[in-house]
Order: sequence, then C-alpha cells, then structure tokens
Amino acid sequence: MAHLIEIRDMYKIYAIGDEPVHALDGVSLAVDDGEFLAIMGASGSGKSTMLNILGCLDTPTRGSYLLDGIEVASRTRTELARIRNQKLGFVFQSFNLLSRTTALEQVELPDLYMGRLSHSARRRRAMELLERVGLKGRESHTPAQLSGGQQQRVAIARALMNNPPVLFADEPTGNLDTKSSVEIMNIFTELSNEGITIVMVTHEDDIAAYAKRHIVMRDGHVMVDDKADGGRRKTTDEVSRLVKEALS
Amino acid sequence: MNLVMVVRIAVKALGRNPTRSVLSCIGIGVGIAAVIMAMAIGEGSKAMMVKEISSMGNNLMMVFPERNRRGAVSSGMGQGQTMTAGDAEAVKHELAHIVQGVSPSVRSTVQMMYGSKNWSGNVQGASTDILTISNWEIAEGRFWTENEERASSRVCVVGKTVVDNLFGGDDTPVGKTIRLRGMTYKVIGVLCPKGANNWGQDQDDVIMAPYTSVQRYLNRSKFNNINMMNVSLVSMDDVEEARREITALLRQRHHLADYQDDDFETRDTTEIMATIGSVAGIMTIVLTIFAAISLIVGGIGIMNIMLVSVTERIKEIGLRMAIGATPATILSQFVLEAIFLATAGGAFGVALGVAGARTVGAVMGWPILIGVGSTAIAFLFSSFVGMFFGFYPAYRASKLNPIDCLRYE
Repeated sequence: MAHLIEIRDMYKIYAIGDEPVHALDGVSLAVDDGEFLAIMGASGSGKSTMLNILGCLDTPTRGSYLLDGIEVASRTRTELARIRNQKLGFVFQSFNLLSRTTALEQVELPDLYMGRLSHSARRRRAMELLERVGLKGRESHTPAQLSGGQQQRVAIARALMNNPPVLFADEPTGNLDTKSSVEIMNIFTELSNEGITIVMVTHEDDIAAYAKRHIVMRDGHVMVDDKADGGRRKTTDEVSRLVKEALS
Repeated sequence: MNLVMVVRIAVKALGRNPTRSVLSCIGIGVGIAAVIMAMAIGEGSKAMMVKEISSMGNNLMMVFPERNRRGAVSSGMGQGQTMTAGDAEAVKHELAHIVQGVSPSVRSTVQMMYGSKNWSGNVQGASTDILTISNWEIAEGRFWTENEERASSRVCVVGKTVVDNLFGGDDTPVGKTIRLRGMTYKVIGVLCPKGANNWGQDQDDVIMAPYTSVQRYLNRSKFNNINMMNVSLVSMDDVEEARREITALLRQRHHLADYQDDDFETRDTTEIMATIGSVAGIMTIVLTIFAAISLIVGGIGIMNIMLVSVTERIKEIGLRMAIGATPATILSQFVLEAIFLATAGGAFGVALGVAGARTVGAVMGWPILIGVGSTAIAFLFSSFVGMFFGFYPAYRASKLNPIDCLRYE
C-alpha cells in the first residue's frame, strides 16, 4: 500500500560559513494515512527542517519526497503553493494570525486562495470550524482580543478550512500554558480519531505523549522510531525513555 | 487564483493599517494636486492672455514699413520711411469691402508739461478710427473730429495714468492746456481706463493726438510718412485675403517690380496670439514638469512604504504562502495595494488640486482654468504611478521563500 508521506534518502545541507551543516543527513521516513506522528529531538537535531520539508515550505537539497503518491521535491513554487493550499494544513508555535483581522476572516483565508466555495458557503464552513474548536461567539474577535489558546484554536480551524488530509504542527503548544496546551492536544486527538493525519514537532515529552507514533532525531538522523510498537498513545515516562534511548 | 479574491485580500490588508495607508495616500495626493494646480494656472494664464490679445483690438492687422537696413544693422520695426498716410487712406477706401477702419500711427517721444508738473511718454498720432480699432471709450469730454484731423489741430486725449501724474488731484483735465515740445495742446477728452495688459504694460499711460498734428508740430516733418498703420478687418476670417489685397495694393502704390521684395510687413493678432500661446504653453509645460517631479516623489514614497510594508509584514507573507498564496497572488496583492493607495491618493489629490487652484486663483487674483481632460489624465496617471512604483516591492515579496518569511525575526 502506498504511504501518504514517503521520503527517501533526504538531505538538507546548509552552508554556514565554510562548514556545510547537514540538517538532514540521508533521512528516510514513511507516514501512513491516519497516523499521529510526533517528531522529537533537541534543537538542531533537524526536526524542524524535516517538518518544513514535509510541509512543502522548504525544499530538500537532495532526496525524494512522495506526497500522496506525487513527487513534490522538484515542483515549482506555484505548484507547491497549490499543494499546501489543498492538501496541507499548518499550525505554528507563534499562531501566525493576521493582525487586526477577525477570527472568521482568518479561517476563511485558505479558501480565498483556493476559490472553491461561494461567499456564503465559505462563511458557513468557517463558522462551523470555529464552533468545532470551541470558539462559537468569538467569530468577530481579532487576535488582540483572544487568549493564546484561543488564537491557536483559530489557527487550527484555519488549517482545517480546505479539508486537508495532513495537518502539520510545529511546537503547537510552545507558547501556551498547561491548561491551554491540554485543550489544544485534545482537539488534535479528536482530529486524529476522525482520521486526519497529523505530523507534530515538539520537544515536550508530555505533549509528544498524545501522539501514537514517535520518532526522535539527532544530528539529521532518525535515531528512534516506535512504529513497530502498535501505534498507540504512550505515557510521558515512556516518551522520556525513548528520548533517552536516542541520546545514548 | 481569482482577481476578485485578491482585490478583497488587498483591500482588507490595507484596512488593517489605516494610518499608514492614509499617509502614503497623502504623498501621491499632493503630487496630483500639484499637477492639477500647475495645469490650471498655466492654462488659465494662457486663456487670459488670448483674451487680452483680442481686447487689444478688433480683428487687428498691423502694417509696418520695411526696416531700414544698413548692411546687417536693422533699425527696428516702424522706423522705415516707406509708408505714408496716403497708403493708409488708400487701404481704407479701396479695400472697404474687407476693412472696417484704418488708423495711421505716428509716434513722438515728448515731455508733457502742465503747470509745475511733467510726465514723459509717447504721443500716439492716430486717426479717428483708432477709437473703434483699439476699443477705446471716452470717459469725459470728446474725441477729436475729422475736421480737427484735417486741420492738424493741437488737441489731444489722455489716459488715466497721464491724468493722475500730470494733473494730480485737480478737477477735470478737459479744457486744460498742456505743453508738448514747446507747443500748446488742448486736452479735449479722457479715455476710459483699460488697466495693465498681462505683460504688465500700463495701457492707460497714453496720450493721443491727430496724426496730422503730431507729424507737423511734434515731429516737424515735411513728409507724410507714418510709423505704421492699424487696420481693423470686417472679420478675422478674411485675414489671409486682407493680407493679400493690402500687399497687392501697397506694392502697386510703392511701384515695386516683381523681382523686388515687399517694403512693408503685415502682422495680425492671430500671429501674436500664436506666439503668446506658445509662451504660455511653455510655462504650462515647465509648471507641469515641476509638478510631475512631485508626483514621482509621491510615487517613490509609495514604493518606500510598500518596501517597508513588505519587510514589516514578512511573517504575514510567509503565512499567506504557507496556506496557499502563490507567488503570483502575493505579487498581485502588493501591486493592487499600491494601486489602491495611489488611486485613493489621486482622488484626494484631484479634490485638493481643484480646491487649491481655486483658492490660489481667488487669493492671488490669477486666472484659473481647470480642464476636465487634464484632471482625468492626472487621476489615471496616479493609478499608473501606483502600479509602476508598487511593482518592485511586490516582486520582492513574491520572490521570498515561505520558510524564510516564517522564520524571520
């Protein structure tokens, strides 16, 4: 069976000064439809680079990337933009909402670029998504009027607007307090249960514990992958052990 | 991508920073206003000059004797000795079908004296026709008669400036006697003031007397030659025919053979108008160039704002790209933002320019002519400025890498 995401022998090499830095050093990874994957590792391990390449925000130096059976490593910028628009959703650590823009307009934005829905259908879908992430009644709030957790929920609703099969999350709880983090992770869990594939980067063991599969990276290599372990949620302690294993 | 969507996106993006949007509008607005004011003042002056030229005389054609030439030295127009009052008479009577009036003109520089006061100027020797030819009206007293003209009477009419300077606060000058070159002249009339013409010459600084009397008593000339003749035509449509017939008549009277050149020159107000028109045109062009420079400065202001905006909104650009904006969409969004800014500025500038031109016209007393066409062009040009100066920042934004934007701190 074809994987939803499949990268083979991928390199990302940055030339910093005279010394080339291998952010990804020949990584191969496959993610199947419906998986909830946490990419872990210390800073500089290559986990963010990996996520950016998987999210078509960055291009690899070398290697192959099949997304939904399509080779994307050699696509033009315009084609990549269309792929991001239609197949991928993003949730960032810093929310990345547009300032002075209402929650409703933020959520509508991906469809403005796609132009699939009519004005009223777009509005209706955005309202539904905001309700789904628990923001009913706050449609006309701007980011300044929302808490961090609420802003991240707007971002999740926006990521879901075009019904993407994959959601990428880069430290989604990095700027949130514990209570909001739990709320956000509960939403991710629900989405995962509904069948959306989620790829999340985090360095927090308790956040990674919500995922069903965990990989730990170090120096541009995948050191640990618990895919064989049945694809289930783990406890924070189990995750911590995985991380320690990678460092040893 | 769909243009309506991008328009919505651009409008919303502008609305998110109203202060900056308004300030950059003002830049381009001032430029457009300057262009409109420059054109209004330039065109207004031109229209006024043309009007003043026509007020100089009714369908006026002037005929000058040939300039005296000694080798390369020209003695100036009207100094030749080839034209006589007889020529003027002939033109008047033989070409009556196209000529309304003819006045020979004889000038004499004099010191006018009345009591202890004196004033210098040119006495204009003319015939009675000059009144209609040059649109003069009598404010007080009367003009001289044809009998007085034939008799070389020492009578004169004076303009307001001469009255003020020579008679001061005294009561009416009519009936007073003044001295010109030692001869006594009787003031019989005062001319209605015309004011200064638009190259600043005071038209009321004038004293007129029958040309016969100027020839005889002031120039003490035994000959009948004149400095020029003013001819008013029945209609300006006949100007070419009149020129031809006057030329033919004068050549015949001067016994010129076919191989000889004319010993006189004709000028008409259309020629003068064309000259003045081109001078005013140059003035308009110069003013407009200065104004256009301010428009370019406004455009650079927009470019500057857009460049700052691209840097400041780099995370927004990254986010838009991440959720599906293509480079073309980003390019269109930023170009459209610049066009909207410039067009809004243009609309503001049109209002400001029209109001400004009217105010300047009212305060300075300048003639103002606001052309609908030139205003529309200035307005459309503002959109073009937005497009031109908005393109580079927009292009830069579209070339950014999404991940670099998102990571930018």
